[in-house]
Amino acid sequence: MNNIPQIPLAHWIDGFVAWLVSFTGFFNGVTNFIGGINNAFQWVFDLIPIWLFIALVLALTYYVNRDDQRWSLLGFEFFGLLLIWNLDFWRDMTQTLTLVLTSSLIALVIGIPLGILMAKSRIAEIILKPILDFMQTMPAFVYLIPAVALFGIGMVPGIVASVIFAMPPTVRMTNMGIREVPGELIEAADSFGSTEWQKLFKVELPLAKTSLMAGVNQSMMLSLSMVVTASMIGAMGLGTKVYFAVGRNDAGGGFAAGLAVVILAIILDRLTQSLTRDHKRG
Amino acid sequence: MTVKVEVKNLTKIFGKHVNRAKDLIKQGKTKPEILKETGATVGVDQANFKINDGEIFVIMGLSGSGKSTMVRMINRLIEPTDGSVLIDGENLMKMDKKSLREVRRKKMSMVFQNFGLLPNRTVLENAEYGLEIQGVDKETREKKANIALEQVGITGYNNEYPDQLSGGMQQRVGLARALANDPEILLMDEAFSALDPLNRTDMQDQLLDIQERLHKTIIFISHDLNEALKLGDHIMIMRDGEVVQTGTPEDILTHPANEYVEEFIENVDRSKVLTAGNVMIRPVTINIDKAGPRLTLKRMKNNEVSTAYVVDNKRTLVGIVDANDVIGLVRKDSSDLRSIVKTDVPTAHVDTPINDLMDDISQTGIPFAVVNDDKQLKGIIVRGAVLGALAGNEVSHFE
Repeated sequence: MNNIPQIPLAHWIDGFVAWLVSFTGFFNGVTNFIGGINNAFQWVFDLIPIWLFIALVLALTYYVNRDDQRWSLLGFEFFGLLLIWNLDFWRDMTQTLTLVLTSSLIALVIGIPLGILMAKSRIAEIILKPILDFMQTMPAFVYLIPAVALFGIGMVPGIVASVIFAMPPTVRMTNMGIREVPGELIEAADSFGSTEWQKLFKVELPLAKTSLMAGVNQSMMLSLSMVVTASMIGAMGLGTKVYFAVGRNDAGGGFAAGLAVVILAIILDRLTQSLTRDHKRG
Repeated sequence: MTVKVEVKNLTKIFGKHVNRAKDLIKQGKTKPEILKETGATVGVDQANFKINDGEIFVIMGLSGSGKSTMVRMINRLIEPTDGSVLIDGENLMKMDKKSLREVRRKKMSMVFQNFGLLPNRTVLENAEYGLEIQGVDKETREKKANIALEQVGITGYNNEYPDQLSGGMQQRVGLARALANDPEILLMDEAFSALDPLNRTDMQDQLLDIQERLHKTIIFISHDLNEALKLGDHIMIMRDGEVVQTGTPEDILTHPANEYVEEFIENVDRSKVLTAGNVMIRPVTINIDKAGPRLTLKRMKNNEVSTAYVVDNKRTLVGIVDANDVIGLVRKDSSDLRSIVKTDVPTAHVDTPINDLMDDISQTGIPFAVVNDDKQLKGIIVRGAVLGALAGNEVSHFE
């Protein structure tokens, strides 16, 4: 091995990142844009009184979840949110929620069209599949380094890293959902003279909806799992509490903040799941 | 009869090396030879046929015969490799995407084997689909969809979802969706094959009923010869991508083109298809305007029969005479043949299916007289000939 010179892979990537950094204007624009979305969410959450927020979550759950078990979910949400309030994690929780919603929204806006493209074009599928594998398996920490270089410190690089890490399920599940639409239904749509867009919006997407929403749900959970990682580069929220607790060897504080993450995760998961199921019947 | 759809040299080759396979087909190579040489599969091999306006044209064959590929080439769901499809003289193959879409929207609709209904839409919304994508306004399309649903006999289910209905009902919705566009051509791909036998018969009857009112040109794909014989004005039999025979149900039954078709029709319930005209034999006839008792007796003796059929100058059936009565007449030296003619002869029209006559034939001693619209005697039905025809033997034709 000594005879073969080491491949300067790290050096090349440094060069690439340095080259990217030279597009300051573009990345500043993206930073402002993502920061804008983030601040808008945060502004709304800060505006709503806590008791009203809890009431709204309960009302939303009541509306979208027609299960028999919705009462136990409602009870869980009520006491869970009260606990977060009581532990004085409310602001941190809304910051985390903001980060999750913003990155999920971006993952959705980019991921669904990519998934559609992947379902429609073999070439796109061949190119995208390894990229998605890469995005999902690369340790999420690694994204933080160029993210800081390109987007600075704070919420935005955290969101960007979350989007990269969390987007693949949305893309994959959209692709799968569309590909699994029965051939006869595609033929039916074509035989009546549907345009490609009509076929997409009237047949393929509605039928892929369950699978697509499962992807969105997974993306949301993945971005939630990024909150502690993102807190290392200054993304505020529950992750920060956990991160600090690690530094101070404060097991109690760490678990308390961690529990708040769990509560938030369960609420988000159940809500998106019932969204998937319920609207099947118009 | 005007030709509605004309198919010329229509060919579909699946797989690689399509162009080489195309050349080989033109050289007259067989399907296995082409597969061996190029690896390409011939789905449909240079099909030629014409479909008349307002008829039900059944394309039939076993699975793998290319019938489903064929019907999908007629609306270009499958792009043909070669050949042309002319609809009202217009070549579908030369159309761009937009004109093709117009044809699919306005001229032809398709009904699918597994119904192809959208599970997230109600019955009414499904029936509206074709109109919806044409941009027809809500009120009009609801009206038209309702009319179509009524035509297929499914009312009161508008807000149900397809999975809440039985297979037969679902296919009625499929048919209504196709009819709602008011197309000139209906493509029905094994439309009733997924239904249980009772429902299938029901739907077949209903289709014939609808057809009587609407006079669409229907291209019906089936693997069931009984269904084909029941529905088809013309039947085209396919095997391994080739057209084996095209003809009326009667042609196919009485003159199968080759052993394959013969084997095919062996299992058919012939009683439903064969008519009185197919099984009748030549009777001994007496022209009452010309013949007297003596001549009658002589003819009966020569032909060794005890009954003769009496007609007039125009060959209109008058009745039958019994040999004993004729002998009595001769003894009395009377020439009044009319006095002994029995007029209560069981008769059947030439086009009556023998299935409908079976009971009567078995109960009546005298052979049935077969007459045409003008009551002219065309032949008679004897039990032996009926059994022979059901067994697949040729009945001696005459006249």
